[in-house]
Amino acid sequence: MPAFYLRRHLARCLLFQFCEPETTERRRRWISQERDRVMHIAVCMKQVPDSGQIRVHPVTNTIMRQGVPTIINPYDLFALEEALRLRDKFGGEVTVLTMGPPMAEDSLRKTLTFGADRAVLLTDRFFAGSDTLATSFALAAALEKIAREFGEMPVIFTGKQTIDGDTAQVGPGIAKRLNLNQLTYVSRINELDTAAGTITVERRAEGGVQLLSTKMPVLITMLEGTNEIRRGSLADAYRAVSAKIVTWSAVDAGITDITKCGLRGSPTIVKKVFAPQAHAEKATMLPVEDGYDAAAALMNEIFKRQPALEADLMRFASGQ
Amino acid sequence: MIEDKFDAIVVGAGASGNACAYTMAKLGLKVLQLERGEYPGSKNVQGAILYADALEKIIPDFRDDAPLERHIIEQRQWTMTETSHVGMHYRDDSFNEERPNRYTIVRAQFDKWFSRKVRDAGVTLLCETTVTELLRDGQGKVIGVRTDRADGLAYANVVVLAEGVNGLVGERSGLRPVVTPESVALAVKEMHFLPREVIDERFNLKGNEGVVIEAMGTITNGMTGTAFLYTNGESISVGIGCIVSDFEGTGQTPYGLLEAFKNHPSIKPLLAGSECKEYAAHLIPEGGYNSIPQLYGDGWVVVGDAGQFVNAVHREGSNLAMTTGRIAGETISWLKTRRDPATAANLTEYQRRLETSFVMKDLKKYKNIPDFLHKSGAHVFTLYPRLIAQAAQTWFRVDGKDKRAKEVEIFNSFRKGRSLPGLLGDAFKLARAWR
Repeated sequence: MPAFYLRRHLARCLLFQFCEPETTERRRRWISQERDRVMHIAVCMKQVPDSGQIRVHPVTNTIMRQGVPTIINPYDLFALEEALRLRDKFGGEVTVLTMGPPMAEDSLRKTLTFGADRAVLLTDRFFAGSDTLATSFALAAALEKIAREFGEMPVIFTGKQTIDGDTAQVGPGIAKRLNLNQLTYVSRINELDTAAGTITVERRAEGGVQLLSTKMPVLITMLEGTNEIRRGSLADAYRAVSAKIVTWSAVDAGITDITKCGLRGSPTIVKKVFAPQAHAEKATMLPVEDGYDAAAALMNEIFKRQPALEADLMRFASGQ
Repeated sequence: MIEDKFDAIVVGAGASGNACAYTMAKLGLKVLQLERGEYPGSKNVQGAILYADALEKIIPDFRDDAPLERHIIEQRQWTMTETSHVGMHYRDDSFNEERPNRYTIVRAQFDKWFSRKVRDAGVTLLCETTVTELLRDGQGKVIGVRTDRADGLAYANVVVLAEGVNGLVGERSGLRPVVTPESVALAVKEMHFLPREVIDERFNLKGNEGVVIEAMGTITNGMTGTAFLYTNGESISVGIGCIVSDFEGTGQTPYGLLEAFKNHPSIKPLLAGSECKEYAAHLIPEGGYNSIPQLYGDGWVVVGDAGQFVNAVHREGSNLAMTTGRIAGETISWLKTRRDPATAANLTEYQRRLETSFVMKDLKKYKNIPDFLHKSGAHVFTLYPRLIAQAAQTWFRVDGKDKRAKEVEIFNSFRKGRSLPGLLGDAFKLARAWR
């Protein structure tokens, strides 16, 4: 462990030593010359069932989605906050994109209350039943259209994964399709140089933290716990209520090959869904009055379940 | 800050706030509603019984799509001791009417529905937005609110405080005194899930019929309070509540009372096999008429629980909340059509309309009940339930004693328990408080 921290510390020192003076100088240049050049950032978001309230059908073992409240995929909120921070720093706009049923509009509207500037809903019955391959296909097409309509995006964010699918494949899938550099499991954005078009991030990898730098445009999947989603201003919340959600069908998004969408475009087959058996024992109440009784009763219960323990303790107590 | 100026800002999206906002929007006013919860209903707790009449006056066809659990066809009033209950049951098939009078509801769902109606009527609702204080002009007139969001000012001609029992905004703004422990009850409840068929069988119900049990007695361990059990579609709400100062004075805990109530031999079989999926607690304003704060002023009015509008004797609250909300909304739009400003002088109209409604009439009628229960609580909640149970035991047990002797025994038990002057005194005091 110490070696790991040392490495990380050294890496940071080196980075700051070489980058910081240059950065400050560049920032000055950015502020003086490029203020009117705004940054457009996209965030891919998914509306998911609230996992805390999900129920599994006892007979069919499928997830009962009906009546389960939906939330914004929690990992996506870290992506959104990071995007908003970049916007606040460099100026520009944040566009949030989601693919889902019409009711996903609720979650999109919520992202506007946090301060996102624009929300795009990609919705079409052709998308129903999409796996990660088909999803990344549709999202990539929509992102291309967003770039055409609202401006090129040097950075596209996604959460590291969703809490319902848990695959972590859609982000990288989009990066591949759009031919973007990809930075996954990012825990921190250290530096974004608009003039040089580079970005430096910390990525949590097995056994340590990687310091990665790459050229933009880039797709970043954000790790959890890296920031905290802000509360939008009152004006943001007010604007969100009546804001127009940009809604696109497959055709609107410029998708011509419908066979790559939805169930038809999804080679993944769910063979079986099952709920693991819970085998936790129920807590039992011990009817006791005072502290001594409680301790004695508790020990009795423990010894009843672990007879060997009692013998061991007795042997220990008698000094053998 | 919000640039638009509103006719009214409603603080809170509970029963009273929704009723008020809906009424005003339907009458053409531009309304902003602010709710601190994640969604309307997320913070709201109630037993809960919906009284159709109050809602019908706001949304006449609410039965078409409101999430209603069961309509009530049977009322059970129980007086309980440790091992018994003496009950008065009233069941009538005529409650199976086309437009039933009372329903059980689940507030989290009902409030979502109500809020949908409110927004469809044109109200702008902002959730997760807490009003922290009222904004005033140089003359002290309320002109808007400050919220806990960044840049969080919003302006309106009148602010409706539908903020619930704690009334924190009103208190902070010096419009009302701090809520006292004597004037509020703390109630706790649990939702126990059971299959619909089991509930139907256990309570002798069919279709959407429902039963209500209201109970009092030794279950509150001498404190002033009541317990309840309501049948929902696929769950049972069971709860108990007592005056906060009683909890404070005796050191008893609400969950301790609820555990004991659930394990009472009369209640336990009704809940057998159920799964508790939810528990909640809430304060209920029970101070009655004498605890009602100032209800209006320059640029502001108070509705619902924030105005202590609860009829504790009849377990009515949500209907008073909706009615006060509606009347406030009607008054505000009436002022607008007359182009009258929302001054304190003009808003006396709100108070005047309340006085002519059942709300103030009922609260006035029972204005001395809280005081009576406070002073005679020990007798009402402990002694009399025991005497009544004992009398029933004596009366119904067949043990060779002659009936005359039983009558004398019952009479003597009352006389010994409370003394004749005591009995007469309680009867007189109750009658006087009740009238």
